[in-house]
Amino acid sequence: MKRTKRLLSVAAVAAVATVALTACGSSGSTAKSETSTPAASSTGSTFAGTVTVGSANFPENVLLANIYAEALKAKGIKVKTQLNIGSREVYYKLLESGSITVLPEYNGALLAYVDKSSTAKTKDDVDSALATKLPSGLQLLNPSAAEDKDSLNVTKANADKYGLASIADLSKVASQFTIGGPPEFNSRYIGTLQTLYGLTFKGFKPLDEAGSLTINALKGDEVQVADLFSTDSSIVTNNFVTLADPKTLFGAQNVTPLVYKAGIDSGVADVLNAVSAKLDTPTLVKLVSQVVNDKKDSDQVASDYLKSVGLS
Amino acid sequence: MKVFRDFWSWISTRSNWSGSDGIPQRLSEHIQYTLLALALAAAIGITLGLVTGHSRRGGLLVTGLSNAARALPTLGILYVLAAYKPFETTPVILVLAALALPPILVNTYTGVLQADQDAVDAARGMGMRPLQVLFKVEFPSALPLIWLGLRLAAFQVVSTATVAAYVALGGLGNFIRNGLATRDYPQVIGGAVVTVMLALLTLMIFTAGARLTVSPGIRARTR
Amino acid sequence: MDWAWVADHLDLIWRQTGRNAYLGLLAVAIGLLVSLPLGVACARFRWLYAPISAVATALYAVPSLAFFVVLLDYTGLRDRTIVIPLTVYTLSILVPAVVDGLSNVPENVRQSATAMGFAPTRRLLTVELPIAVPVVIAGLRVATVSSLSLVSIGSLLGDNFGGLGYFFTQGFQLPFPTEIWVGIVAVVTLALVADLVLVMVGRLLTPWIRRRKRRRITLLRRAKAGTAGT
Repeated sequence: MKRTKRLLSVAAVAAVATVALTACGSSGSTAKSETSTPAASSTGSTFAGTVTVGSANFPENVLLANIYAEALKAKGIKVKTQLNIGSREVYYKLLESGSITVLPEYNGALLAYVDKSSTAKTKDDVDSALATKLPSGLQLLNPSAAEDKDSLNVTKANADKYGLASIADLSKVASQFTIGGPPEFNSRYIGTLQTLYGLTFKGFKPLDEAGSLTINALKGDEVQVADLFSTDSSIVTNNFVTLADPKTLFGAQNVTPLVYKAGIDSGVADVLNAVSAKLDTPTLVKLVSQVVNDKKDSDQVASDYLKSVGLS
Repeated sequence: MKVFRDFWSWISTRSNWSGSDGIPQRLSEHIQYTLLALALAAAIGITLGLVTGHSRRGGLLVTGLSNAARALPTLGILYVLAAYKPFETTPVILVLAALALPPILVNTYTGVLQADQDAVDAARGMGMRPLQVLFKVEFPSALPLIWLGLRLAAFQVVSTATVAAYVALGGLGNFIRNGLATRDYPQVIGGAVVTVMLALLTLMIFTAGARLTVSPGIRARTR
Repeated sequence: MDWAWVADHLDLIWRQTGRNAYLGLLAVAIGLLVSLPLGVACARFRWLYAPISAVATALYAVPSLAFFVVLLDYTGLRDRTIVIPLTVYTLSILVPAVVDGLSNVPENVRQSATAMGFAPTRRLLTVELPIAVPVVIAGLRVATVSSLSLVSIGSLLGDNFGGLGYFFTQGFQLPFPTEIWVGIVAVVTLALVADLVLVMVGRLLTPWIRRRKRRRITLLRRAKAGTAGT
C-alpha cells in the first residue's frame, strides 16, 4: 500500500516534469508555425500535399527558403521547412529522393556540381545546359534576376601591396597565399583555379559558408584570399577587394527554385515563379543585410518582403 | 562491411598522409589539444579533489561543479569563445578541459574519501602533519581512482576534440566535417575510425599508467 | 547581449527547449529500457559483461557528428537519426550503472530473499533492483545531463535537429553572440533541472536510505555528547 503510493508519487513527479518540458518537443520545425495552417486567401491553391522547402547552411539561402515558404503559405499551401541542412553535397541527395521538394538554388553553381566539365557561363547557356543535365526527377523553375556569386576577396592592404585587381593577378603571390572557403570549395574550385588561371596556392583552409569564420580569417591574415558571397555586405564594411573574374571561374548564379517534380504541381510552380519575377540583386542584398546585420528573424523578413511586393 | 572498405580506401591513399590536411598533422593537433586540456583539468580537478576529500568538506561543491560542467554544451561554449577570440586554440582547450574536469574531480574526491581510515589514523598517530598525511597516505590510496578519473576524462576528450574542426582549428574532426561537406564518406569514416582508435589507445595507456604507479597493496584492495 | 531580442523570442526559446528535452530524454528513456535487461544479464552471466562493455565503449568513442552523418543515408532527415546515436551513448553509462548497482547488493540479502521463498524474478524486482536504485540513478543523472547537452550537435544536420543547438549555429553564422549565450544558459538550466528531478525521484524511491541516515546522525550526535568531556 505504502509502496504503491510511493511509486505513484514518483511517477507523478517525473511525468509532470517531462510533460512540461516536452509539450511542443516532438514537432521538428523551428518556424513560428510548424506544419503551418494555411492562411485564408483569395486564390487558394488546389495542391493537397505538403511542400518541403529545404535550404543550404548559410543565412541568404535560409532567407530565400523562408521567402518561398511564406509565399506558398500565403496561397494556402501546406509547407514544412528543413533549413540549414548543409552544403549542396548533402542536400542534393535529399532533393533527388524527394525528402525535400523545393530548394533555392544558384544555376551556375548547380551546373558546376552536376557537370564538372561544363563551360557554360552566361545565364542562358547555363539554364539550357542544366535542362539537359539535371536528373529527370528534378526541374529548375524560372530564374530570377537576383544573383549571388562566389567571389574571391583579399584585404585592401594586400591588394595595394601586391597590385591585385583580378584573380589572374594572384599568380604573382599564389605560392605564398593560403586560400580559404567552405570545406567543399576545395573539391569544387581548387582544381579549376589551376586549369583556368594556372594558380597553385600555398594551401587551402576549410572555414565556413562565407560567414564570420571566413571574414575573421581574412581580416586576421589566417588566409590571404577568401571565398565570400557577392551579396554579403561585410565585403564593403571590411574594405575587402573583390577580385575581377575575367575568365569566368564563377559563371551566372541566378537564384532559381530547384524542385522535385513529383512533389509539387503547377500551382506551386506559379507561386515560386511569381517570387522569382520580383526578386533582384539589390533587394536580395538589402534583405540579407536585415538578417545578418540587423539580426531580424529570417521568416519575419521574408513575410514582410512578400507583403511589400504584394505576394502575400 | 562497407565501413571497413571505406576506411581502408581512405587510409591507404598516400596523399592523405601528407600536407597541412594530412593524417599526421591532424593527429598531432588532436593530441596536443587533448594533452593540454587534460593537464589543465587535472591540475584543477586533482587539487580540488584532494583538498575536499582530505578535509571531508565540500562534497556538495564537488557534485555541483561536476554537474554544471557536464551540462555545458561543448559546441555552444566553443562557438561563443571563438566568436570573441577566433583562431586561437585557448577556447578549444578550455572547452575540452571543462569536459574533462567532472570525472577527474569526482574520482579524486571519492578516492581520498575512501582511503583506509586506519592507515590515516596511524599516520596521524605517528605525528605526521596534515599535508604529510595527504601525500603519504591518502594520495597513494586514492591513486587507482585518480587514474580511473584521468582515463575516463582522456577518453571523453579524445572523442570530443573533433569539435575543433568547427572553428577551423584542426584536429581529426576535420576529416569528418570535410567529408560531410563533400559527401566523401571514406573521409568521414576515416576520421571517425582514427578517433576511436586513438581513444581506445588512450584507455590502454592510462590503464598501463595505473598499473605502473599504483602500489600493489592498494591495487589488491580495490579489486 | 541583446536583451530585447531575448524578450522578443521567449516563445521560440521555450519551444526549442521543449524540443531539446524531447530528443535528449527520449534517448535516455530508450537507453534505460535497453540497459536494464542488458545490465541484469551481465550481472547474472559475468562473461557477458566484458564484450558488451567493450562494444559500448568503442561506440561511445565515435564522434557524434560522424555517427549522425553515417545514419543520414539510412534513416534520412528524421528525429531517429539524432536519437539513435544519443541512445547508444547512454548505454556506456547506464549498463555499467545497472551492473554496479546490482553487484552492490549484499550477498546475505540476496540469500535471505531466496531463503524466504522469493523466486529469482521476484527477488530481482522487489529486492535487488530497489537496492540498486541509488547507483542506477547516479548513472541516469550523468546520462541525462550529457544527453541533453549532446542534442545541440544535431544542429549541424539542420535547424530541426539540434534543439537548443539551433541558437548555436544561428548565433555563429550571422554572427550573433546573444543567441549563443541564450542557447548555453538554456541547455545548462534544462540539464540541471532534469538532474534535480532525478535526484528527487531517487529520494522518493529509496526512503529507507533517508531513514538510515537520520538514525545514523542521531547515533553520532549521542556518541559525541557522551565523549564531550574527554
